[in-house]
Amino acid sequence: MPVPEAEALLARLVLSMRGQVGAEAALVGIHSGGVWVAERLHDALELTLPIGTVDVSFYRDDYGRRGLKADVRPSTLPFEVEGRELVLIDDVLYTGRTIRAALNVLFDYGRPARVRLATLVDRGGRELPIAADFVGGELSVEVSDVVVLERGLDGRLSLAITRSDGAA
Amino acid sequence: MQRNPQLNEHGELQHLLSIEGLPQEVVRHILDTARSFLSVSEREIKKVPLLRGKSVFNLFFEPSTRTRTTFEIAAKRLSADVVNLNIATSSQTKGESLIDTVANLAAMHADMFVVRHASSGAPYLIARHLNPEIHVVNAGDGRHAHPTQALLDVFTIRHYKGEFSNLKVAIVGDILHSRVARSEIHALTTLGVPEVRVVGPRTLIPAQVEKLGVRVFHDMAAGLKDVDVVMMLRLQNERMNGALLPSAQEFFKSYGLTEERLAVAAKDAIVMHPGPLNRGVEIDSAVADGSQSVILPQVTFGIAVRMAVMAILAGGG
Repeated sequence: MPVPEAEALLARLVLSMRGQVGAEAALVGIHSGGVWVAERLHDALELTLPIGTVDVSFYRDDYGRRGLKADVRPSTLPFEVEGRELVLIDDVLYTGRTIRAALNVLFDYGRPARVRLATLVDRGGRELPIAADFVGGELSVEVSDVVVLERGLDGRLSLAITRSDGAA
Repeated sequence: MQRNPQLNEHGELQHLLSIEGLPQEVVRHILDTARSFLSVSEREIKKVPLLRGKSVFNLFFEPSTRTRTTFEIAAKRLSADVVNLNIATSSQTKGESLIDTVANLAAMHADMFVVRHASSGAPYLIARHLNPEIHVVNAGDGRHAHPTQALLDVFTIRHYKGEFSNLKVAIVGDILHSRVARSEIHALTTLGVPEVRVVGPRTLIPAQVEKLGVRVFHDMAAGLKDVDVVMMLRLQNERMNGALLPSAQEFFKSYGLTEERLAVAAKDAIVMHPGPLNRGVEIDSAVADGSQSVILPQVTFGIAVRMAVMAILAGGG
């Protein structure tokens, strides 16, 4: 199937969130693609609270098998998490394991009032009971395919699908 | 070519025994990872679950409250279970009994040993006798190495100075007996610091130290001229009685870091010290508590750096 336009998916995502995500809500992007999407949503939805970012490396369930990845970045939540409306932003929703890890990060900062999930693209294949509240679009790909969000120098987002041989 | 005993067959860190021989990218990976751990210690819940269910044994054959405590805090913030063992020992301790001690602890399903020992090479001996899934961190062995101290020092330098490629760094004091100095020299040269100086009296500078790529100075004014970083070493009291030094007062007169002496360094030079401080012996209080001192941030960074080392070790290998 053709690779969907990330910018078109983003426009759809903005539409689905408008009116649903108010000024009291804060966006939290998951490194690194989720942060790019969060930045664009932040502008489009004209939100006032700064964006939070989380890196889930310290919370991954495959750390025992794969170790720590090379480019861990600090998590920053520049607002009070306690009692806050949060929207977690990911680029590609797949097994749900990243979201599970991200939720654990958030709860180590406080007890949010509500956490919703927005993703640019949902490729299915869930291994945990997790669903997105806002979705830019769905994508049907092979299990062995790797879907990656990229950001050009001009800030434009695009999706790349690479076929990988064997286990990823 | 023999493999570095610290790296596994994939070039990943298996043990941290010394900075010497570590590839620059391994050192940089530790520093980059440590930066992310800094924010963990600033949160309400200062814990991440990486080492949940793992047992870290602090094996201290030589007394050290500070270093042991920082390793303990680091392991606990990674959710590990920590056991502290202070094993009084003498120089007569046989290699046999050391191995027996460690074998017993390994039989209790230890995942990591943090080892401080008065004999150089003791952590190597321990690492050699363990199954490869058990990791060893050298927390100071004899006069040989203190790699996590050196790593937190270069982390501190990068935090304040950005990069290493145009720095002048002076290490001042008792270089001869200092495992910290040796590890610092290796860390700085590995990271590409172009000018590393050692400054101290002739009796406390090891012969042929130039071979490590450092310049030797016996005079503070010349040694500190234009440096960006001053790394002071602790003068150990037990050295005062021997023939090496006349007295603490004499040492301070020639090599104590005062505001006047620091004035010849770069205007924005930072002053570091591994602690504990001997105020009025190697460093004047006005400098230790002054605006150029980063001695307390070093302590904070030390936790993050030790977390990074333990997380990388337990995740690889």
